[in-house]
Amino acid sequence: MKKTNGKAIEFEHVDKWFGAFQALKKINLSVEEGEIVVICGPSGSGKSTLIRCINGLEPYTSGQVKVFDSLDLNQQKGKVGMVFQHFYLFPHLSVLENLTLAPLRSLKLSKQAAKDLAMHFLERVKIDDQADKYPAQLSGGQQQRVAIARSLCMMPRIMLFDEPTSALDPEMINEVLDVMVELAQEGMTMICVTHEMGFAKKVADRVVFMDEGEVIEIATPENLFNSPKHKRTKAFLNKILAH
Amino acid sequence: MTFQVVKPILSALLQIIILLLGIAWLLDSGAQAMGYSWQWQRIPDYIFFYEEGQWWSAELIDGLLVTLKISALSLIATLLIGLITALLRVSDSIIGRILARSYIELIRNTPLLVQIYLLYFVFGPVIGLDRFSTAILALAIFQGAYTAEIFRAGLNSIDTGQFEAAKSLGLSTYFTYKDVILPQVLQRTLPPLTNEVVSLIKNSSIVSVMAIFDLTTEGRNIVAETAMPFEIWFTVAAIYLLLTLSLSALSAWLEHKLGTQWRAH
Repeated sequence: MKKTNGKAIEFEHVDKWFGAFQALKKINLSVEEGEIVVICGPSGSGKSTLIRCINGLEPYTSGQVKVFDSLDLNQQKGKVGMVFQHFYLFPHLSVLENLTLAPLRSLKLSKQAAKDLAMHFLERVKIDDQADKYPAQLSGGQQQRVAIARSLCMMPRIMLFDEPTSALDPEMINEVLDVMVELAQEGMTMICVTHEMGFAKKVADRVVFMDEGEVIEIATPENLFNSPKHKRTKAFLNKILAH
Repeated sequence: MTFQVVKPILSALLQIIILLLGIAWLLDSGAQAMGYSWQWQRIPDYIFFYEEGQWWSAELIDGLLVTLKISALSLIATLLIGLITALLRVSDSIIGRILARSYIELIRNTPLLVQIYLLYFVFGPVIGLDRFSTAILALAIFQGAYTAEIFRAGLNSIDTGQFEAAKSLGLSTYFTYKDVILPQVLQRTLPPLTNEVVSLIKNSSIVSVMAIFDLTTEGRNIVAETAMPFEIWFTVAAIYLLLTLSLSALSAWLEHKLGTQWRAH
């Protein structure tokens, strides 16, 4: 039950300037509902800026970004979940409270309903036995899974991942990727900025290669990794696949 | 074995006792040279007295209660003013930032006593405030400027990721501050905030110039009646000290309680 053919996200001629520095150059990209898109590219290429334009964390300078045909990104809040490199769990709240806060405040759920919802997603990321701990008491991998569950509690239609495994110790990367693969297989629309090429090959419908604020190449994982068309893509892949 | 543990304690106690005896001797000989006669036995009468089969609080306790009331009320106002000013200072509104900045600079660069006189003699009568409210307002406006800077430092110390996570979860600005940001700010700023509360209590003694019967005013009145300044001012100082030290202890306990569960180890 993948691909419902509705447009989830549309970038049209999007430019983003930070002062005199152009972070995004004429971005055109559209993502279908249920599609898994992986964005890769060297650091400073504008990957994070691109996905931060989708949920309004970064206002773009010109062009337009539509999410489910709406230009009002504020209206989409909570419908577009985001997972950050450094988790950004709320350190003063327990794991359970981290998950129930937004449903209680934004969805106005009852306490019991919010708790049930939270426990459901904690079970899904296999961390329900840690519900009463504080984030600082968990490992990095566990914290990132809590962060994913926290986003899911808002019933998002799109999930954005901004280098979700880059801050993790190597042995914890897979537990986070497993959760993401599961999510992808359930049909969630996902945009992932990541360097995990294994993950891209496994679930991505398309891989976007960016460099210096531009989308250089968009292709299926097989095509992009095995026969990249652009020389900048080749150079990048040679660098990250060298070992 | 026991002696090894007890020895340093005993030696410390001995040193303290010698020091205190030395100070007492110095004071006493000075007082005698001035012809001053100590009347410590009269002090308890100014704390509690017994009449008609009942204990009554005397002047010093009444004064302490007024000091506590003024301090507590102006503390609430201080925190409100400080928080609002800090939020204005970090806000997007240029007018808000200018207002907050001017308020802080104005208050921090003029003496408290002058501010109190201005409020008491000029603004208070103009807007029809009574003495007590004027005192609370004066203290809160003064202390609020310093507290605002503490809150601002606290706000700036919060990772922008916390704001972004809250925003991506669809939390409104109100709930972002109430549930996510301010609890963390409070925990981080508790030690400097305690300093502010302590200095608020100490500064409350300045309202005695407005004929408010706080601890300091009561002390001055008793001295005027009894001519025993040494005993009374020592007692007044001890009461202030007791108050502020217990407050510091409370804050240390609170900081521990607020932080140990969740602070990164």
